[in-house]
Amino acid sequence: MHTRPDLDRLRGLATQLRRDAVRMIALNASGHVGGALGAAEILAALYGHVMRHDPADPDRDRFVLSNGHVCAVFYAALARAGYLELEELATFRRIDSRLQGHPARVELPDLVETSTGPLGQGFSVANGLALAAKLDGRPSQVFCLVGDGEMQEGQVWEALMTANQLGLHNVTLIISDNGLQIDGEVEAIKSIQPLTERLTAFGWRAVEVDGHDLSALVDAFVASRTSDRPTAVIAHTVMGKGVPFMEGLAMWHGRAPSLDQARQALADIGPSATHADFPAVGGAV
Amino acid sequence: MSEPTLVPIRDAFGRALVELGAANPDVVVLTADLAEAIKVHWFAEAYPSRFFQMGIAESDMIGTAAGLALAGKVPFATTFAVFATSLANQAVRLSVAYNRANVKIAVSHGGLTVGEDGATHQAIEDLALMRVLPGMTVVAPCDAVAARKAVFAVAALSGPVYLRLGRVPTPILTTDDTPFELGRANVMRQGDDVAIVSIGAMLDLALKAAEALAGRGIEARVVDMHTLKPLDTSALDDAAHSCRAIVTVEEHTVIGGLGGAVAEHLARTRPTRVEMVGIRDTFGESGPPDRLLHKYGITVHAVVEAAERAVATRRAPA
Repeated sequence: MHTRPDLDRLRGLATQLRRDAVRMIALNASGHVGGALGAAEILAALYGHVMRHDPADPDRDRFVLSNGHVCAVFYAALARAGYLELEELATFRRIDSRLQGHPARVELPDLVETSTGPLGQGFSVANGLALAAKLDGRPSQVFCLVGDGEMQEGQVWEALMTANQLGLHNVTLIISDNGLQIDGEVEAIKSIQPLTERLTAFGWRAVEVDGHDLSALVDAFVASRTSDRPTAVIAHTVMGKGVPFMEGLAMWHGRAPSLDQARQALADIGPSATHADFPAVGGAV
Repeated sequence: MSEPTLVPIRDAFGRALVELGAANPDVVVLTADLAEAIKVHWFAEAYPSRFFQMGIAESDMIGTAAGLALAGKVPFATTFAVFATSLANQAVRLSVAYNRANVKIAVSHGGLTVGEDGATHQAIEDLALMRVLPGMTVVAPCDAVAARKAVFAVAALSGPVYLRLGRVPTPILTTDDTPFELGRANVMRQGDDVAIVSIGAMLDLALKAAEALAGRGIEARVVDMHTLKPLDTSALDDAAHSCRAIVTVEEHTVIGGLGGAVAEHLARTRPTRVEMVGIRDTFGESGPPDRLLHKYGITVHAVVEAAERAVATRRAPA
């Protein structure tokens, strides 16, 4: 029986993940801020409530960030879950850092389940993790986050067929659907619609949720554990969520805010009710 | 001299996998609609719950295999050489090599002797593509006996492996007692005039060429370089020390494969004349395997000529 989430605490966590991502990216003037802000509630729900994520536990749930470019928010979630020192977040994308520009398993074994970055790759690996769990009779659920633009990669559709064919009910695909990709609108570039119908036709159970509604996300993720089919959670998100001057603008896919913009962004996001900023010695934000 | 029996290397591979499956319950096998072609249907019959038919989706197969490996399984992902290395190259690079995932990418149909299917299916650059990936072990056994040992050797190694097998039946050139240690070449014949270094089934040509050369007063050492990476550099240094020149033989482009690897190494340690027998900078074509090898210059005669050319060259003054 699953306990109800402490939504206030999760809201505080999501706010802090946003603040962390903005500061990590601004401190080294490098990173993908838009998608990271858009995924804050998804990461907060998974690492703050839904997942059993102790890397020492072979029965743990697994998280695969297939859209690896949004990893600032993922590293922040790992730190806030206690697996990284908060100070380390300031090293993001710097030389000698474990916090590579895209997640590297060799740097963070068992925290990063698989290296990702080139799109369409992580989902197949997530299926492999789920298949191994099934073979070993482990209760693990494998949560895999992809971007909506990533659904243009052919390998994603191969992986959708694989999970259905092999009966991988322990896979939950989370599609962060913000409608944008680097060059513009997904719909205008190469449409993935009608997405729910496509996923259903591929044998998946598809549910749509507000990707910034923590309660809805938690419910969808928890329900996916007991589904008799693999579940796709289409999470409607907003690129740059929480920072009005970034919201809904594709230009913030891969751009780092200036220090002034970062200060504005942090003011827009506001302080977390539950967490404090990570220390960044000499840092300007 | 009687011709030895011809045995398909991939049959030996398929039988060895069944043996390995009995010994190690973590071994799982995946294929992309080529179960019979690469002889993993025997494993499928023996261990149906550990066999996964992934359909015509090579990239997804490699990624899935990586996930299985990262969760502790020992997956053999099987397809043709050209599909694993070109079609699924991104998955091999990211999900296998960069993750250091314990995936054994085992392929048949390496090289020209794919035959009538033509250039589209003849992997002539696969060794080069795999060799440049950091941490990838690259293996091509010379015959069916060595292939069986190779299966057990790569399974015992923790880390990514590319295991290349040919399509056509090949003579048995080694015995059960011949050592097979990854990264350690086998000297199959002694000689101090020239060293012929071969990979995979090309050992047959190398041995025949050495015999022909002996009749012309040239004593050739023959080295079976079954592991292209990590390269047995001490075997090469020994050969370069004792012999006047090296001839490499591969069913692969001479760019970036065995010839390339040997030249890269010896250029650093002991600059030595290296003649390369292999495919020039060109794709193959349809035809019977033996005719193709002849047309593309991978013959006993070509090895003999290359050796003669090489030993005739005066070594640069020390």
